[in-house]
Amino acid sequence: MSTLTQETPGAVATPADGAAGYGFARYLVVRFLLIIPTVLILVSLVFFLMRLTGDPISAAFGDRLTPDQLQAKLHQAGYDRPLPTQYLDYLRSLATGDFGRTVTDNQPVTHVLGTYGAATVELACYALLVALVIGVPLGMVAAAHRDRAPDAALRLFAILTYATPVFFVGLLLKLVFAIWLGWLPSSGRASTGVQLFLQDQTSTTGVYLIDALRSGDGTAITDVLRHAVLPGLALGLLVAGILLRLVRTNLIGTLSADYIDAARSRGVAPLRLVTHHATRPALIPVVTVLGLQIAGLLGGAVLTETTFEWKGLGYELAHYLTVRDFPAVQGIVALFAVVVAVTNFLVDVAAALIDPRVRY
Amino acid sequence: MALVLVRRLPLPRLRTGVGVQRAMLLTGLVLTALFVLTAVLGPALAPHGYAQLRDTEGLFGSQQHPSGSHPLGTTIAGYDVLSRTIWGARTALLIILAALLLSVVPGTVLGLVSGYLGGRLDRLLVGLADALYAFPPLLLAIVMSIVISGGQSSLVGGLGAAACSVAVSFVPQYFRVVRAEVIRVKSEPFVDAARVIGTGPWRIMTRHVLRNSVRTLPLIFTINASEAILTLAGLGFLGFGIEPNSAAEWGYDLNRAVADVTSGIWWTAIPPGLGIVLTVLGTTLLGEGLTDLADPRLRRRTDAPVPPADGGGDGD
Amino acid sequence: MTDLLRIEDLHVSFATDTGPAPAVGGVSLSVAPGEVLALVGESGSGKTVTARSVLGLLPATATAHGRVLLGDGTADPEEDVLTASPARLRALRGTHAAMVFQEPSTALNPVFTIGWQLTEGLRAHGHGGSKSERRALAIEWLDKVGIPDPATRVDHYPHQLSGGQKQRAVIAMALALGTRLIVADEPTTALDVTVQAEILELLHRCRTDFGTAVLLITHNMGVVADLADRVAVMRAGQVVEQAPVRDLFAAPAAPYTRELLAAVPDFGTGGRARPAAADVAGQPVVRASQLVVDYPGRLGSKGFRAVDGVNFEIHPGEMLGLVGESGSGKTTIGRAIAGLTPVTGGRLELFGEPLTRKRKAVAGRIGYVFQDPATSFNPLLTITDSIAEPLVVHRRELGAKEIRTQAEALLEAVHLPRAYADRYPHELSGGQRQRASLARALALRPKLLVADEPTSALDVSVQAKVLDLFAELQQELGFAALFVSHDLAVVEQVADRVIVLHRGRIAEEGATSQVLGSPQDDYTRRLVAALPVPDPVRQARRHHSPVAEGVTGP
Repeated sequence: MSTLTQETPGAVATPADGAAGYGFARYLVVRFLLIIPTVLILVSLVFFLMRLTGDPISAAFGDRLTPDQLQAKLHQAGYDRPLPTQYLDYLRSLATGDFGRTVTDNQPVTHVLGTYGAATVELACYALLVALVIGVPLGMVAAAHRDRAPDAALRLFAILTYATPVFFVGLLLKLVFAIWLGWLPSSGRASTGVQLFLQDQTSTTGVYLIDALRSGDGTAITDVLRHAVLPGLALGLLVAGILLRLVRTNLIGTLSADYIDAARSRGVAPLRLVTHHATRPALIPVVTVLGLQIAGLLGGAVLTETTFEWKGLGYELAHYLTVRDFPAVQGIVALFAVVVAVTNFLVDVAAALIDPRVRY
Repeated sequence: MALVLVRRLPLPRLRTGVGVQRAMLLTGLVLTALFVLTAVLGPALAPHGYAQLRDTEGLFGSQQHPSGSHPLGTTIAGYDVLSRTIWGARTALLIILAALLLSVVPGTVLGLVSGYLGGRLDRLLVGLADALYAFPPLLLAIVMSIVISGGQSSLVGGLGAAACSVAVSFVPQYFRVVRAEVIRVKSEPFVDAARVIGTGPWRIMTRHVLRNSVRTLPLIFTINASEAILTLAGLGFLGFGIEPNSAAEWGYDLNRAVADVTSGIWWTAIPPGLGIVLTVLGTTLLGEGLTDLADPRLRRRTDAPVPPADGGGDGD
Repeated sequence: MTDLLRIEDLHVSFATDTGPAPAVGGVSLSVAPGEVLALVGESGSGKTVTARSVLGLLPATATAHGRVLLGDGTADPEEDVLTASPARLRALRGTHAAMVFQEPSTALNPVFTIGWQLTEGLRAHGHGGSKSERRALAIEWLDKVGIPDPATRVDHYPHQLSGGQKQRAVIAMALALGTRLIVADEPTTALDVTVQAEILELLHRCRTDFGTAVLLITHNMGVVADLADRVAVMRAGQVVEQAPVRDLFAAPAAPYTRELLAAVPDFGTGGRARPAAADVAGQPVVRASQLVVDYPGRLGSKGFRAVDGVNFEIHPGEMLGLVGESGSGKTTIGRAIAGLTPVTGGRLELFGEPLTRKRKAVAGRIGYVFQDPATSFNPLLTITDSIAEPLVVHRRELGAKEIRTQAEALLEAVHLPRAYADRYPHELSGGQRQRASLARALALRPKLLVADEPTSALDVSVQAKVLDLFAELQQELGFAALFVSHDLAVVEQVADRVIVLHRGRIAEEGATSQVLGSPQDDYTRRLVAALPVPDPVRQARRHHSPVAEGVTGP
C-alpha cells in the first residue's frame, strides 16, 4: 500500500500506437548503453586485481630469469611504467580491439580468442539445446502435477543436476558411456583424422558441425556429433536443472493468478490454461533469470571443456592459468565479460518482446 | 549453523506439512548433519592422514584397487582415497564457514547502508554489484585466488585464499538481497511512521529496517553454502585449490582423477565426487524445504484464506 | 420462470495447519432471472467464499457440503456445481454463471490483448465460428459495454486501458457467453467513486438490456441501495437476514443488520454537531502557498506533478477534510506536511516557520495516522514499544519507567485494554491497531494530526468506532487535523472545512456543509452525484436527476 503508487495516475489509455512505439525504441537504446559501464567495470576490475600481484612477466618467468634479463623484458613490454598509464593504455588498445599478446607463447590474444571462441560457442549451443528440450517441458509437467509424484521426482532431478558439479557429471558420463560401454568417444571435439579433414576445407567457421555439414562428408558429421553428445549433455543438464526449477516456480505462480481464475470462470480447459494463458506471463521472469545464469554457464563451460579436453576458450583459460600467463587470462576473461553483458542485453530485449507492458 | 536452522524451523508446521516437503526437509537435515559430523569427527573416522603415503607396513602404493587395507583404493600419488574423502569434509566445512563469515557481514552492512541512504553511493555500489554479479563466480574466484596467493597455493594461505575467493563472489549477492529487502522495508508505513516521529536514520536502520530485512538470510545461507562447495571444488578442479599436503580437497582429487577415468579407474573419482554431491544435496534440500515453508505463495496446505476475526489481516 | 441459482445449506471449510477452519456454515440463497441479489457483510463473513462456490472456484484446500444448483431459468435448477464432472463444470462456467472480479487489473492477463481474452471464452464454448467472426463478436461486445472505439481497443493490452474500461471489458467477457447470471465480487471496490457510478450504471443495464441476473457481493451499503432488489446479510458464515432492499433499509429485523446500518455514515444527512472549535484568528498551524510536489521520473522519463500550485491554511483546532479521487494529490499533501515527501516548489509553513531540512524540531509537533494499520507497526516490536517510540526519541530524559507509564496511559486513552500492551501488532485486529496508531500519533501531544485514509482499510462497524474515538480525542486535546479521505460521507461526518482536490489542484474549498451540500464546482458536483447513498428510496430519486438533486443541506 505504498502511497506513491496510490498517487500515480492509473493506466490512462495511450493516445496512439505510433507514439508508444517510440518508448520501446528508447528503452532499447538506454538498455544498450548500459552495457558499456558494465563491461568497463569488469575489465577495470580484472586489470587492477591482476596487477595487485605484480606484473605478468615476473609471474611467468620470475624464477627462471636473472634480475637484469627480467628488467629488460619488463621495460620492453612497458610494465615498468606507472599503473594509471598502463591502465589507460590497456583501455585504449581494448577499444581498438587489441587484447595484447600472450607472454608464454607470444601470440596475439585476439588470435587465441578467434581460434578457440568458435569451439566454446558450439558447446554452449549444444548445452542450450539440451537444456531447452529437457528443462522447459519437464518444468511445465512439474508445475501441472504440483506436489504429486511426478513433481517430487522432477524436483529431485533438478536438485541433483545442481548438486553434481559439472565436471563430476562429465567424469561419470565418460566412465560409463566411453570407457565401460565404449559407445562414445571420451574426449576431444573430433577424431584426429576428421579434425585434419575439417581444417583442410577451403573456408572454415571453426564450428565443427557447420564445417562438417558443409563438407557433406557423412563420416565427419557422425564423428563430430558423437563427440558432442557427452560434453553437451554434461553442461546441458546443469542448465536444464536450473531451467526446470525456474519454469516450475513461475508457472505455479502464474497459475494461481487472478486472471487464470478469471479464464477458468469462463470455462477455459485446464490444459489450455497452462499452455496458452499461464506460460507466456511465466516466461518473462524465466527469461530474465536465465539471463543471469549465463555467467554460471560460462563458468560451467570452463570446467566442461577441461573435463572433455574440448579445445575452446575455457580449456585454454585453464591452460594459461596453470602456466601463469596473465595477459592471456585477462583477455579471455574480458571477452567473457563482454559476452555476459551482451547476452544480458539480448535477454532483456527478449523479455520486453514477451511483455507488452514494456513494449508499449 | 545447522543448529541455528533447526531452532528457526517452524516445527508445528513441519508436523502437518505436505509429505514431499517434509521428506525433502528431513533428508536435507540428515545429509547436512552427516556432513557436519564427518567434518568434525574426521580425524577419528579416517583410517589415515590426508597426506599420509606410508604406514608401518611401508608405502601404500599408487592406484591400488580397493582392498581390506584401503577400502576405496589409493590415488596415483599414493594417498588413501577413503581417508582423503573423509578429510575433505573438514576442508569443505571450514571453507563454507569462512566464506560465509567473510561475505555476510560486509554484504549485509553495505546493502543496509546503500539501500537506506540511496543517492550516489547507492548507484555506485549497485553498478559494481551488478557488474560483479554478471561475472562468472568461478572466474572471479580464480582471479581472487591469483591475487591472494599469486596462484601458488601455499601451505598457510591455501585455505584462506580459497575462502576469500569464494567469499568475494558472494558479497554482491548478499548486497543485492539485503539491499532489495531494505528498499522494500523502507517504503513500509512503519518506517514512515518512525520518520514522522523524528527518529534518526541510524536508529531507523538498526531498530526498524535491519531486523525486518534479514529474515530471508537463513535461506540464502543454505543456497550459498552449496555454491561455496561447488566453487571451491571448481577451483580445485582447475588447479587453484589447496595443495594435497596442506589439506584434502575434493575438487583437487577429482582433477587428479581425470586421467584415471580414461584408463577405467573409478575409485579415485567417485568417492570425492559423491562427497560433493551429497553435501550440496543436503544443503540444497534444506534450503528448498525452508523456502517452501516460508513462501506462502508456494505452499498448498496453508494458503487458505482464513477469515480473520475482525477485519484485519495479520501483518506478519 | 424459476430460479437461476439455488444454494441449499452450503458449508465450506478450509484445511489449515491448526485443523479445518469453517468459512461458510449453512447458507441458503436463491436468485431469480433478472434479479439483483446483494450479499453483504464485513470481511470474514464468508460472502466471497459463497460467491466463488457458485462457479466451483474454491481453492484446493476447501471442502464444501450442501448443494449449489445452477439452471437456465426455464426449469428448476438441477445441476449441482459441487458434484459436477470437470467437463460439465467447464460447460456451466461462463454460460450459466459468469464472474466479475474485484480488481480488474489482476483479472486480466497482462500479456494478451483484450480481444484475445474475450474470444478465449467464446472458443472454449465453441461459439462464434471462425476466428474473424469471433473477433467481430468481441468488438460488438466491447461496444455494448460502452468501451469507446472498440475496433481499436480490441487489440489493446490491459495496461493500455483505464481502470473503468478494464472492468467494462471483464463484464463484456461475462456477457459475451450469454450468461443469465453474473456473480460480481466487489466489482467497484477498487474503483474511484465516479468510475464506480459508471460501472453501477452498466450493471443496471445488464439487467434492463440483457435480462441478466446479478449476485452482487459487496460491503458498501450505498452500492446495495443503488443496485439491489433483494439483500442477504451475512455474518460469520451465516445469513442473518434476507429481505427486499427497501424493507431491509426501512425496517431491519436482525440486530446485526441494525447495527451495521447504524454504523454506515449516511451522506447528506449533515455532519456531526459540534461547537466551532477552530481558532480562525490565531496563527495557522499550516500555511501552504503555491505548493508544488513532483515525483521524479525514471531513467530520464518525464516526472509526475502530484500537487500543482495549491494554497490553503489549517487553523488551530480545526478539522480540515481533504478529499479527491486517486491521483488527486491528497495523500501527497499530507506526506509533504509530515516531511515524508520533499516539496518541489512554493512555500510550506508549519507553525509559522518555513519548512527546512531540520525537521526534528517540527517532528514532535505532528502526529500521523497511516491508512493501513497492518503495515504501520514494526512487526518485531510490541505495541507498547511502538507507542513509546516518540517518547524515547524526543523525551529520553523521562526514563524508561515513566515512558512505559505514559505509553500505558495512552493505550487507555484510546480504549485499548492494558492486556494488549505487550502484544505484537499481528495479534491485534485492524481496528485495535488503528487505535494504537492514534495513540502513537498523539504520544507527544501534537498540535497537528495528519490522518491519511485512517479508516478506509476497516470494516464499517469498526470505522464508526474509530471515527468516534477520533472525534472524542480531538474534542479533548484540541489538536488541528488534516483528514485525508476519498470517502465523502466520512469527511462530511468529521470535517469542519473541506478542500476538494482534482488532479493536483483545488477544485473547491469551503465549509463542509456548503461544499458537499450545494457544490458550485462541476467536478465537485460530479463527485457528489456519483456517491451512492445508503438509502434505496433517496438513491432511486438521485438516479432520476443525478446532479440537480444533489444533497439536501442540513
